[in-house]
Amino acid sequence: MADKKDPIQTPLTDEQRRKVLMGMAAMPAMMMPGMALAQAAQFPTAKVNTTKLAVTDTEVVVGQLHSATGTMAISETGSIQAEQLAIDQINAMGGVLGRKIRVIKEDGASDWPTFAEKSKKLLVQDKVACVFGCWTSASRKAVLPIFEKENGMLYYPTFYEGLEQSKNVIYTGQEATQQILYGLDWAAKEKKAKTFFLVGSDYIWPRTSMKIARKHIESVAKLGKVAGEEYYPLGHTNFNSLINKIKLAKPDCIFAAVVGGSNVAFYKQLKAAGITADKQFLLTISVTEDEVLGIGGENIAGFYSSMKYFQSLDNANNKAFVEAFKKAYGPKSVIGDVTQAGYLGPWIWKATVEKAGSFDVDKIAAASGGIELKTAPEGYVKVHDNHHLWSKARIGQAQLDGQFKVVAESPELIEPNPFPKGYQ
Amino acid sequence: MSLTDIMNITLMQGFAGLSLFSVLLLMGLGLAIIFGQMGVINMAHGEFMTIGAYTIYMFSSLTETFLPGFASMYFPFAIAAAFCIAFAFGWFIEWALIRHLYKRPLDTLLATWGLSLAMQQTFRSTFGAREVSPTLPDWLLGSWAPAEGLDIPINGLFVLALTALVTGGVLLALYRSRWGLRVRATVANRPMANATGINTSRTDRLTFAIGCGIAGIAGAAFTTIGSTGPTSGSLYIVDAFLVVTFGGAGSLLGTVASAFGIAQTQSIAEFFMTGSMAKVLTLMMIVTILMLRPQGLFASKIRR
Repeated sequence: MADKKDPIQTPLTDEQRRKVLMGMAAMPAMMMPGMALAQAAQFPTAKVNTTKLAVTDTEVVVGQLHSATGTMAISETGSIQAEQLAIDQINAMGGVLGRKIRVIKEDGASDWPTFAEKSKKLLVQDKVACVFGCWTSASRKAVLPIFEKENGMLYYPTFYEGLEQSKNVIYTGQEATQQILYGLDWAAKEKKAKTFFLVGSDYIWPRTSMKIARKHIESVAKLGKVAGEEYYPLGHTNFNSLINKIKLAKPDCIFAAVVGGSNVAFYKQLKAAGITADKQFLLTISVTEDEVLGIGGENIAGFYSSMKYFQSLDNANNKAFVEAFKKAYGPKSVIGDVTQAGYLGPWIWKATVEKAGSFDVDKIAAASGGIELKTAPEGYVKVHDNHHLWSKARIGQAQLDGQFKVVAESPELIEPNPFPKGYQ
Repeated sequence: MSLTDIMNITLMQGFAGLSLFSVLLLMGLGLAIIFGQMGVINMAHGEFMTIGAYTIYMFSSLTETFLPGFASMYFPFAIAAAFCIAFAFGWFIEWALIRHLYKRPLDTLLATWGLSLAMQQTFRSTFGAREVSPTLPDWLLGSWAPAEGLDIPINGLFVLALTALVTGGVLLALYRSRWGLRVRATVANRPMANATGINTSRTDRLTFAIGCGIAGIAGAAFTTIGSTGPTSGSLYIVDAFLVVTFGGAGSLLGTVASAFGIAQTQSIAEFFMTGSMAKVLTLMMIVTILMLRPQGLFASKIRR
């Protein structure tokens, strides 16, 4: 009986062995749809979706609402890319509760009423499970009443002025105190700054931030005094008069929140007026790697920025993230603070859905507090009951190549406090 | 606060005003030719400036990649190229679009606005939505410090010199060259100019193209002080129209005077009050003067 040609009995040739190994390697990938189906069966649609969201047995629909056109496209492109990357990665892992994520992209076109209109379309017509989007405070304020009325869920990536908290929004960026207070304390301690000159663009975020900064400097932490406070219209490109005022005041620290195209003009003209890092200490809360692309490393090198994330952060999560991002969007792409915060959105949503065992907005809103993300590029983050993130604050020094060198980091996660007492 | 400090600040503040003046004048100059002389409301003027700015950016990246040793010298060539590219494109746009609309000024407004949107999207598709910054040669960076505590920005000096050169060139061309003669004749009386053998449609095309070319130079110069993005042009266009209208359409001298007036008011006001209030004050002044003199500061005397 023992025929030598019996395939079962014959030892495998090398080639055959290789084929078998390859087949085994491919197994997880082949099993994925099966596993996903099994997982989906474990969470029947009728149970995970009691509020008529666009969720089927195989698919969950989410919305993405950013400005792909208009003046804000400059800033929002990074967020769009990071959110898409996170969603692609989640889908490659089998999706959420066994369902693939499908994205409906809407363009807010840098126009706030358009944001409101598109968010209504996403929530009422498309019945999306959640929305990743908005960048400016103005656009968030425009869509907020709609998310609250239609009971949607928004993951908002930008650092912002605080003074807001909603059941229907998860803020993955820093609120003002998380970004400002640590930076000012660091400036006073490490750079011996006693006088501060506050400069910002003229709209809600810089004004609220500077108000908090002034309170912190003058009355809460008593760091010293404010030597000047100035605001310039968005798009302003001539800062020579301001620079002379700064020269007259001779502050220890220029604390800047200038945004958009003005940013570029501001730093170019500072350098041209002889205010460089070797003579003047400057701390900004509005310059990330994205902005440095426009400003040019040589114009800002040596100045400091207060953020929670820098592309140069040295940890395993971030290395993998930077590599995946560059693979998807080209080796020259850079990652700023908000881009990273955008990347957190889909992951936090996934973790929350899995914890709640449901896509229903009410259950997600309730389950959000306490959600942990150990894989975040910025390091470990946790969602607070007030729907903001616990995160670290970091100070980076701008380098000639457009990257930041991390020079300081808060020892602990900083608690988000959108309504800080004593700063109103 | 010593006396020398006050002296230094006063000097630097004076230069800040001059610097803003040269920026405004350079913005307005091309438009003064197109809008002032030809009466074409070119809403895409800002985008022609952006063409110039992106030309500098392209030259900067190309020299960095292929001719690193050339990095300190590319700038003047890039400015010349900015003029040529904007000139050529202006020539083409006049031929394709503007010449059909001379008798319909309001339609020109709409058509050129559409053109500006199309150009913005082209920039966005070609160069990306993010703002870019050319690497400037070292000699353009930093400041000239003739005394302790006195810093004169070199980029400001450069823009000032370039503005003087371009303004001088335009004045000379308009009042001392055959082309200038033809332009002035066409502006003054088109049928009569035609009758004397001037090819007015050719004059129009050349004039429009030269205006666009100057916009290209302006955009190129602004890369030294500001940013370049797909929508940068829209930052400049309002100021450019403001300068030309306030100065009095059709008068080049008016453009110079109005740029000077606006720049000094703005710059001095900015020093003594907040930036936003300074802007309000400047615009209020312009509105008041335009209410009293709707034709602008200098109106050209033409028998109508």
